[in-house]
Amino acid sequence: MTESRKHSGPASGFSRRAFLKGSGAVAAVTALHGQQAVAEQNQEDTTLVRGATTISLNVNGKSHQVKVEPRTTLLEVLRHQLDLTGAKPVSMDGSSGASTVWVAGKTVMASTTLALTCRDKEIRTVESLGGANPDAVPLAFVKHDAEQCGFCTPGFVVAVRAFLDKNPQATEEQIRQGLNGNICRCGTYANIIQAAIDLVKGGGNG
Amino acid sequence: MAEVKYSWPSRDDSRVIGQSVDRLDGLAKATGAAKYTYDINPKNLLIAKALGCPHAHCRIKSIDTSAAEKTRGVVHVEILKEAGSEIEFQGELIAVVAAESEGAAIEGRAALKVQYDVLDTFTSDEDLAAAEQAGRTSKAGGKAQTEREPGDDDDEDEFIEKEIDRLLKESAHVVEGYYGVDAITHCCLEPHGSTVEWKDGKLEAWLSTQNVSGTDDGFARDLELTADDVNVYCEYIGGGFGSKFAPDYWGISAARIARATGRPVKFMLDRDQELKIAGNRPSGYIKVRIGADENGVVKVWDSVHWGTAGFTGGGVSHTVIPYVLVPKNYRRNATAIKTNNSQARAWRAPNHPQACAMSQTAFDDLAAKMGKDSYDVFLANLKAGNVDSQQQPAVYIAEMEIGAKLIDWKAKWHPHGKGQPRGSIVDGLGMALHTWGGVANDSTCQLKIYPDGGVESFCGTQDLGTGTRTVCAMVLAETFGLKVNQVKVNIGSSKFPNSGASGGSTTVGAVTESHRRASQDALAKIFDLASQELQADAGSLEAVDGMIRVKGSPNQAITWKKACARLGMKPLEVSASHKRGDASPLSSSGVGGIQMAHVEVDKETGVVKIKKFVAVQDQGLVINPKTCKSQIYGAVIMGIAFALHEQRINDPQTGAFINAELADYKLPRLGDVGEIVVELYEPEDQRSRGVIGNGEPPVISPGAAISNAVCNALGVRVPVLPLTPQRVLEAITKQASRA
Amino acid sequence: MKAFEYAEARTEAGVLELLSAEPGKTELLAGGTDLIGLMKKMIVTPDRVVNIMEIPSLKVIEPTAEGGLVIGAAVTLDDLLENDYVREYPALVQAIRGINSMQLQAQGTLGGEVCQRPRCWFFRNGHGLLAENGTLAAEGDSRYHAVFGNQGPAKFVSSSRTAPALIALGAHLRVLGPAAEDESFLPLSEFYRAPRQAGQREHVLEPRQWVTHIVLPPPGDQHNATYEVRDSEGPAFPLAAAAARLELAGGVVRQAQIVLGQVAPTPWVSQVAADVLRGLPVTPATAEAAGQAAISEATPLPGNQYKVQLAKVAVKRAVLLAAGLETGGF
Repeated sequence: MTESRKHSGPASGFSRRAFLKGSGAVAAVTALHGQQAVAEQNQEDTTLVRGATTISLNVNGKSHQVKVEPRTTLLEVLRHQLDLTGAKPVSMDGSSGASTVWVAGKTVMASTTLALTCRDKEIRTVESLGGANPDAVPLAFVKHDAEQCGFCTPGFVVAVRAFLDKNPQATEEQIRQGLNGNICRCGTYANIIQAAIDLVKGGGNG
Repeated sequence: MAEVKYSWPSRDDSRVIGQSVDRLDGLAKATGAAKYTYDINPKNLLIAKALGCPHAHCRIKSIDTSAAEKTRGVVHVEILKEAGSEIEFQGELIAVVAAESEGAAIEGRAALKVQYDVLDTFTSDEDLAAAEQAGRTSKAGGKAQTEREPGDDDDEDEFIEKEIDRLLKESAHVVEGYYGVDAITHCCLEPHGSTVEWKDGKLEAWLSTQNVSGTDDGFARDLELTADDVNVYCEYIGGGFGSKFAPDYWGISAARIARATGRPVKFMLDRDQELKIAGNRPSGYIKVRIGADENGVVKVWDSVHWGTAGFTGGGVSHTVIPYVLVPKNYRRNATAIKTNNSQARAWRAPNHPQACAMSQTAFDDLAAKMGKDSYDVFLANLKAGNVDSQQQPAVYIAEMEIGAKLIDWKAKWHPHGKGQPRGSIVDGLGMALHTWGGVANDSTCQLKIYPDGGVESFCGTQDLGTGTRTVCAMVLAETFGLKVNQVKVNIGSSKFPNSGASGGSTTVGAVTESHRRASQDALAKIFDLASQELQADAGSLEAVDGMIRVKGSPNQAITWKKACARLGMKPLEVSASHKRGDASPLSSSGVGGIQMAHVEVDKETGVVKIKKFVAVQDQGLVINPKTCKSQIYGAVIMGIAFALHEQRINDPQTGAFINAELADYKLPRLGDVGEIVVELYEPEDQRSRGVIGNGEPPVISPGAAISNAVCNALGVRVPVLPLTPQRVLEAITKQASRA
Repeated sequence: MKAFEYAEARTEAGVLELLSAEPGKTELLAGGTDLIGLMKKMIVTPDRVVNIMEIPSLKVIEPTAEGGLVIGAAVTLDDLLENDYVREYPALVQAIRGINSMQLQAQGTLGGEVCQRPRCWFFRNGHGLLAENGTLAAEGDSRYHAVFGNQGPAKFVSSSRTAPALIALGAHLRVLGPAAEDESFLPLSEFYRAPRQAGQREHVLEPRQWVTHIVLPPPGDQHNATYEVRDSEGPAFPLAAAAARLELAGGVVRQAQIVLGQVAPTPWVSQVAADVLRGLPVTPATAEAAGQAAISEATPLPGNQYKVQLAKVAVKRAVLLAAGLETGGF
């Protein structure tokens, strides 16, 4: 947690001043309409971005300059500008988990994450588990044939990696409870369960 | 060169075939390197998004595209349905907006101003009386058959009526049942769509398709080109299940927009559009009476069923009712209902899953009524020859024995509704059986053997997830005595020789036919070359472990590479084909398969959980047990989906497909599938039949098997799939109020 | 998505500067799991989105002097699951676990979870929250709609999965605005309301008011639990849910809080269910009686009678779990 302060309970009202510390110097923010197109406007307490702007994103250990609008999702940037197409667009609302990536160590859906919120954060995609020395999770997916059409697979691979990082000794029951954020239509769940069990057994969690 | 006799090696002689081989493209898929249509991003790409009709039935009064055209980032707007058009289902695409980004395309789409005259809708496909009243029904065929023939003077219909009544009256046991299964969608995770680009007057189309070799024609026809002017590519496809055989009008639209703008265009359907318009499976509901003798052998079947395949009518074919277990006397009639839904497409094993769920439930209810074990009733009917199947009764019986052991049927079975509850949880067992053809489709394989020993095949097939690349490579490796990674398989392009669409479990048979033929032809030529060096008759040679050697004298050998070096400068090119339906020693058709489900039901909430599911499946000769089993696991899970979770929900007032997003279109998750056990049934008498596809058959039985298991648990039939908590509770309540 | 202006606040005061007084013009962005999907479908079309995830004070989980807990609105659900203080509130932990998606838990925040929009499919298909003054749901497919508190035009169900637990536990919201100096502590039970006319939100805050923290009283003896009736292991919303908090003394219930979820346009506090339990020991029979009492107030729509039974079972099982007993079901 980023800050640690003592508060009194709600009945007595905890210190408003503490909550608002450092907020005194807010410059007036322009009204919503009728303003000049300003790409980015920084105040001490706030940042405003209107229209397209170029930002830097740190993806898989590399810094990339990308052009985004406020509405541009992280998924669009990864797929269209960085050719990292492992994360997939499957649902409008992130119900499928197919666009799962790591942002600042957390498994989020790139489809419901705005690119602008990812500045200064470490982003990792499924592609970071591939290359010349693939991670144990994709290898276990191959070994257990935990993929058919493969469209959901990258999202699932990230989910399994993240799950095992947190639960390296997961039991089969925990595996069955812990990987429900992703949808597979071909029905590879039974094979994914076996892959995860094997990873726990084989210590493929490094 | 001696004439080549095409054949598979025996089980003992097979070195690659029958081994579990990792899929060759597995790592590419698992690390995000595999490129699907949705992932193809040519430079200067436009993103197209279409406006789907919000109404289930309406007439378009006017379309104003001016605001959309002025939206920042929008480059092109195309109208697909002109003012005056009648729209008969929700989601039909009306106009397309192509823009610099997805966000701009969506904003532009929202700026399209369309006025509609909303018309009456009808979507209540389960309610036959309402459909008749609304004038939405039509006869969809039927058939009656009785052991006794009508006399010359008899009116046939009257005779059948009397005969059915007589047989029912004479039956020791009569069951009247009502069963059904709601419409579902294909719900491919990669939605339908394409990325297209014009180059020198020719169309380059990356299309998410199960029909690479056939869709160039589809584009060409609608764009007034020849197939030579179109190249279709599909290296990877994110699901098809029978819904992706054509470019579809949105694919053609993408090509038109690309031509008009001079830029590449990506046009993929939105999730809700994918569900609403890009493929669904007809619903089916049945009322049936059956009569059986004292042993549970069914003597007579009398049914009427109905359902909808969308706005043009249609439904589940009567030809598969009753399903597999078919008594000597039956009458069946089908009614089609026109509803305001998009037209159904072939969904994995068309007609069979619904037919199974509408028929074998009645056999289970018969067992329940008799207080008998369902297994014994199914067995009695198989033994009595009450079978209309592409597989032999003896095979079903053998498979049932295996399945029963795997699920511990005899120990776990209890009479319907008589299990020992654990709190509010009761358990139950159910089974079902199925059949399918799985004939090998057309396929041509072009094979190149290079002087350096390299092997490369070209085939215009595609990999839906079956592991097509891998089985092709296995066949080549088997024939040439090489390792799987020593051959290269090229698929997924219409530039390659024609191979049939992947539908109806026809692909593995097709590609193994063409690859085996081409490789055996090529090997004969390599043997000819090697025979000179080995001073042996070409007919005495074999290709094993990277060597060409004389059978029986393993030391009299040269390496594969050395043999290929004798080709000289030019590669050896061989092409071989199989034609669908031609008799062949390599493939055949007609499989069975049995499945058993063990479920738990929470009587207080109506929630059903799968404890264990067993699938025993025959499919002739198995090339790759690993991917073959995966097909079955997947089919069972798709079956669990339509048995317990998924359904298209039409709002009765508006006709809208109201749950067309994944948050509401319920699919099972990893934690929902219980323990699944798959057994490949491959004794020599089945293996010797050659390769038969298995994509469809294992998806057929889960509906009936799970419904029967729930009925066994509760002692109450929950008639219509999916068995949602609502339906389970309603069935329990209805039963209680009757008692 | 409609083009909008992105705003990021780094202090609480900064947020207020960025919020419009006009309804619908500005939206607060936390995890985005709900808002971004709604914006993609153009159901929600703000001119400005204010990201509150970079405000350090919203990311705290801290005990209060009285032994309660303050949770920042931007704290993610998975961080709550791993927090030792939060573990003392089983009903909250169980509700978060029930979401059953590591992605939603890692991305979603408690503030966002409490403030998420209804799942109503008429709303999500563009018919507005009240969907033709309630008639679409009342006469249409209402299988997931309200069975309590649905006599007004609002037929949707409140979608928050943590709110029943938080209300049963006695949570307050710390609310800032509309004026710069305004700060209030609102019982969560008073936060939700069933809108009566188009344009009204499903909570009582004004456009320039926003939630900074969720404040919990001391955990007490931890006799509390959440039970959700779920038809899948996925993150799909429960068909019915209930949270129960019991104060037990000498083997009998002294006080009880019973709050149902997914059954009414607001979390549904069932006083009648609580009253039934008072003075009695918790047994399967008394828990069942509490469930039965709860549904005496049910007014199901033509298409969702079954949810009444589920509401009853949810109450019964939440009470049993709160007392440390087996539910007898899944």
